[in-house]
Amino acid sequence: MRELKYSDAILEATDFSLAEDPSVLIVGLGVPDPKGIFGTTSGLQDKYGNHRVMDMPLAENGMTGIIIGASLNGFRPVLTHQRVEFALLSIEQIVNQAAKWFYMNAGQQNVPIVIRLIVGRGWGQGAQHSQSLESWFAHIPGLKVVMPSNAYDAKGLLISSIEDNNPVIFLEHRWLHNTIDNVPSKGYRVPIGKAKVVREGKDLTIVAHSYMVLEAIRCADLLKAEGVSIEVLDLRSIRPLDNDAILNSVKKTGRLVVADNGWVNFGVSAEIISIVTESIFEKLLCAPERIGMNNSPSPSTRALANNFYPRSIDIAKIVCKMLKLLIDLDAVFPKSNLPEDIPDPAFNGPF
Amino acid sequence: MNSISQKMYFAMLRIRMVEEKIAELYSEQEMRCPVHLSIGQEAVAVGVCEHLDQKDIAMSAHRAHAHYLAKGGDLKSMVAELYGKATGCAMGKGGSMHLVDLNSGFFAAVPIVGSTIPIAVGVAWAFKLKKSSNIVTVFLGDGATEEGVFFESLDFASLKNVPILFVCENNFYSVYSQLEVRQAPNRKIADLAESHGIKTYTGDGNNVTQVSEIAKEAIKYIKGNNAPAFIELETFRWLEHCGPNSDDELGYRKKGELDKWLKRDPLSTFSDLLIEKNQLSKNSILEIKEIITTEIDEAFKFAKQSPFPDLSVLNQHIYKN
Repeated sequence: MRELKYSDAILEATDFSLAEDPSVLIVGLGVPDPKGIFGTTSGLQDKYGNHRVMDMPLAENGMTGIIIGASLNGFRPVLTHQRVEFALLSIEQIVNQAAKWFYMNAGQQNVPIVIRLIVGRGWGQGAQHSQSLESWFAHIPGLKVVMPSNAYDAKGLLISSIEDNNPVIFLEHRWLHNTIDNVPSKGYRVPIGKAKVVREGKDLTIVAHSYMVLEAIRCADLLKAEGVSIEVLDLRSIRPLDNDAILNSVKKTGRLVVADNGWVNFGVSAEIISIVTESIFEKLLCAPERIGMNNSPSPSTRALANNFYPRSIDIAKIVCKMLKLLIDLDAVFPKSNLPEDIPDPAFNGPF
Repeated sequence: MNSISQKMYFAMLRIRMVEEKIAELYSEQEMRCPVHLSIGQEAVAVGVCEHLDQKDIAMSAHRAHAHYLAKGGDLKSMVAELYGKATGCAMGKGGSMHLVDLNSGFFAAVPIVGSTIPIAVGVAWAFKLKKSSNIVTVFLGDGATEEGVFFESLDFASLKNVPILFVCENNFYSVYSQLEVRQAPNRKIADLAESHGIKTYTGDGNNVTQVSEIAKEAIKYIKGNNAPAFIELETFRWLEHCGPNSDDELGYRKKGELDKWLKRDPLSTFSDLLIEKNQLSKNSILEIKEIITTEIDEAFKFAKQSPFPDLSVLNQHIYKN
């Protein structure tokens, strides 16, 4: 099958949706510019015209209201911000208006919008360009929140999100944009609300989402050589959360580590561990654990940022503790000779 | 009720009497949601909506009863909504601050000040994209012009030449806070719109004839120029910000200010004028009042007799399939 970058998969999904449905609109600061939101919108304005693919004023809250209004009158707009943090200016419209609209009017009018947000990391971006705020959005009834970890899911989930009849927050991790996967060239859908087992195992379950899925997979693959059988569950959607998939895996393994893409406090991992302990406490062989970003704002300097983000070896330490294994992890996990504020050679920026 | 004037008088009186009935029965504690009554401000809603087509869209904020009714919103559904009944316009999920009647083009009202402004601009932008000849009217207050989204919405409406009519009802107070403590002395609301390149009008919001003439001209401008327009109308709220009572005794308004505005009652000044011009008689006013009383009594009876929503409704309409 054909290989494609995550950012190109986003572009293809957007192109497909624009071609399929004349009511789809693409709005965002920089959408038609030479960089095209890291390549995810390049060429679309030339193909579909500036009334369907457009730049916008720096007015995040107003523009969110405006796309909500357009969605009430026949359109399916997709709004993009280059970092999650810009959406904080529009929390009023997202949380009070978009999320509640269908409920407030008792099902008479729905809000089919997608808000694409990018989680930053690396190259010293600091406290306001690298937050992973999925738990904020997932807290709100009426919103859907998706967070694909690979190019295949990114394309299929974006098409599903645009076709969904509700407001969907679509979160992309910047370090995933250059990852490559097998991606069909035709349009296809990945269902919202369905997690996926990406590594099968029987000793322990790692539940992860977004970029942390890559770290979890690396942990599982490297420990497999040491005879440890780890199951990795990629959530793909945060809300609705696939409770069944989580419970089924933990029922099988009896052990749970959650690799959170954000802060663990009051976050996605807190929710998952609650669900597991509430539902299948008796199946657990040991207390669940979680790992996520350090409990501080993200510092700019790489000297500190290196200790801010958990890596696969940090997940492995928890795995070994839970399974009471004595493995020389420094020998198993090869130390990269790359600076730790860039992901891998495939990533060539910009950030 | 043939002439426009007679129609507008009927519509204003109907709104006044509905609001008075709500105020009268509110102490029964059966309408258990906040109500922001429009008494004293009826002329703006009626004078503007007189020129809107059924397919034109209107949106409003917390003080929305007059706009809803003037746009043609169903009275029974509105009263039932205030009573929290299953027959309410939002099945009791919205209350007074979330009125909706899609059949009459009243899309929504919300209590977060200013928040319907961009949404209304978006609805109007969609009309433009669809090459529809319909327009959107958004009612907002003086307080909303202090919100950031107000400016963001003016900019986009002007940038994209969106067919929207902004109607600012300046009643000089936001809850208890007077305009002077919120806005700089030389800040003119209409000028803010004009500086965004939007055609603006100002007028007496208690004079329904004047409101109607301005609205007619503004809508003609919107349709003729494919561009937005803005109207600022001065008016005054008679009762407390939220609730059925007068609260002038609290002393947050200047002494004599309310009396001055009571003399400018949009309803009685208009009926006096119509009587003087022989377009209305004291007898016909009594007849109109009887018609409206019957309709209101029926609406309240309907609301009171309607069932509450079934418990299953609690978890309905969170997501659309």
